[in-house]
Amino acid sequence: MSEKSIIQVKNLSVSYGNHQVLKNLSIDIPDNKLTAIIGPSGCGKTTLFKTFNRLIDDTDGIKVSGEVLVNGENIYGKDIEITHIRKKMGLLNQRPTPLPMSIFDNVAFGMRLQGLKDKKELAAKVEHYLRLASLWDELKDRLHAPAAALSIGQQQRLCLARGLAVEPEIILGDEPTSALDPISTQHIEQKFKELKEDYTIIMVTHILRQARRLADYIVFMYLGEIIEHGPTDEIFNNPQQKLTQDYVKGVFN
Amino acid sequence: MTNKRNSFRILADKLSGKVFLTFAVIACSLILLILAGLSFKSYPLLKHVSLFKVIGSSIWAPADGKFGLLPFILSTFLITILATVFAVPVCLLASTYIVEYASNTVRNLIMPVVDILAGIPSVIFGIWGVLVLVPFVSFLGKTFNIATEGYSILAAALVLAVMVFPVLINIFTEVLRTVPNDLRDSALSLGATKWETISKVIYRKAAAGLFAAVILGFSRALGETIAVLMVVGNSPLIPKSIFGMGYPIPALIANNYGEMMSIPMYDAALMTAALILFIIILLFNAAGRLVLIKLEKN
Repeated sequence: MSEKSIIQVKNLSVSYGNHQVLKNLSIDIPDNKLTAIIGPSGCGKTTLFKTFNRLIDDTDGIKVSGEVLVNGENIYGKDIEITHIRKKMGLLNQRPTPLPMSIFDNVAFGMRLQGLKDKKELAAKVEHYLRLASLWDELKDRLHAPAAALSIGQQQRLCLARGLAVEPEIILGDEPTSALDPISTQHIEQKFKELKEDYTIIMVTHILRQARRLADYIVFMYLGEIIEHGPTDEIFNNPQQKLTQDYVKGVFN
Repeated sequence: MTNKRNSFRILADKLSGKVFLTFAVIACSLILLILAGLSFKSYPLLKHVSLFKVIGSSIWAPADGKFGLLPFILSTFLITILATVFAVPVCLLASTYIVEYASNTVRNLIMPVVDILAGIPSVIFGIWGVLVLVPFVSFLGKTFNIATEGYSILAAALVLAVMVFPVLINIFTEVLRTVPNDLRDSALSLGATKWETISKVIYRKAAAGLFAAVILGFSRALGETIAVLMVVGNSPLIPKSIFGMGYPIPALIANNYGEMMSIPMYDAALMTAALILFIIILLFNAAGRLVLIKLEKN
């Protein structure tokens, strides 16, 4: 690949007990692009995704072999400090997961962990990231209300602001709009379009049209293997594999 | 035939709701019935002395007609609070290990053991208390030069703490398990360590449930009788320290009900003690519920 890649997966296999979920995958994820991982349920896209920030480690009975390089550094290497890996990547879950604290504290959470104590600086940064997620105007008067009181759409944007506040290089979205109404979905999609100028975004999605609308690069997975990957145009208009062709046409699901 | 059958079905349907209501009302009214019964039985004493005087007085001399319940009330609270203070941290950390750190295999080994603990009759805990905890408290007394017989508030609190372990661990683990994994993932992905995730996010998310578990454990401890009675010394004086003897209300009732009934008012005094214990538990549960509602709102 001519372009610079930010994540390189090399011979990655993952299994739970006797069940092999990912079968010897290798792929380069391009830098500063929005990459969408698509494929039918159970194809291993979420598993692949969870290997990027090693959230997979906490699963009982999991075995990972192979390498995942982030900026050239193998995150499964021996001397790797996990928190250092994880804060390079902001995570958006399927359903928004506001932390059980105020709106302000949600955004400040990661920064505080990193040792930022100065109240003025913290307040300024919280404002900055809430603005970045287009939430500031809606929420500036109730920053100290519990985050759980927000609408689902606002919660998801809050999670985005919270993730951005730890200054990641990569944003990971695990079907980030699947629990949202159409308008909130549009908000998130709009944000992703803006953010991909400055960040690498990797998202898992079930919605083909969403992948087509947003993604620059597509990874198509089936039964734990990567069937095909390439620029969005090519995957949708000129797929090389029969399986890909069928999938993007909606022949099977 | 069909019509008859149909009308029977409809009748059964109409009746069912009312029947259920009746049983629900019976179950709930038991509380009122018990309260009324206890009040009625304590009336002979309360007719002469006010409830507040009974609660406030520390002289227990039934032969002279003096029925001060303060030593018993204080013992009850001291033992229960102390037991909760001992049990909650241990159980919270144990439950955290079981839910957050242990593998499935380990978890499946630990939980049955906890359940066995729950099934041990309290008299066995009492014997264990007499054989192990009472000597242990004596030993502490000797080591630190504190006067104690071994039979003490401290021994009772330790027995009770162990007895509420299974209740607390079971509910704590249930509560911690209800915290969604996505929330853990979110905190971790913000760069939190596992311990930061647990202490700053999971405990907070689970706070209401954890608190409810503590209330349940506390209520259980308030009423526990046999095991406590066996190790507490049963001395009707205001406890001087946790190394001194105590005499909680359940032990007072269990030791004396049905005996010494020739002493006038004795029966009524024991019933007053029972009434007070009952009211304490009611108030405690009500207060707990209020706090719970407040916690859940956050």
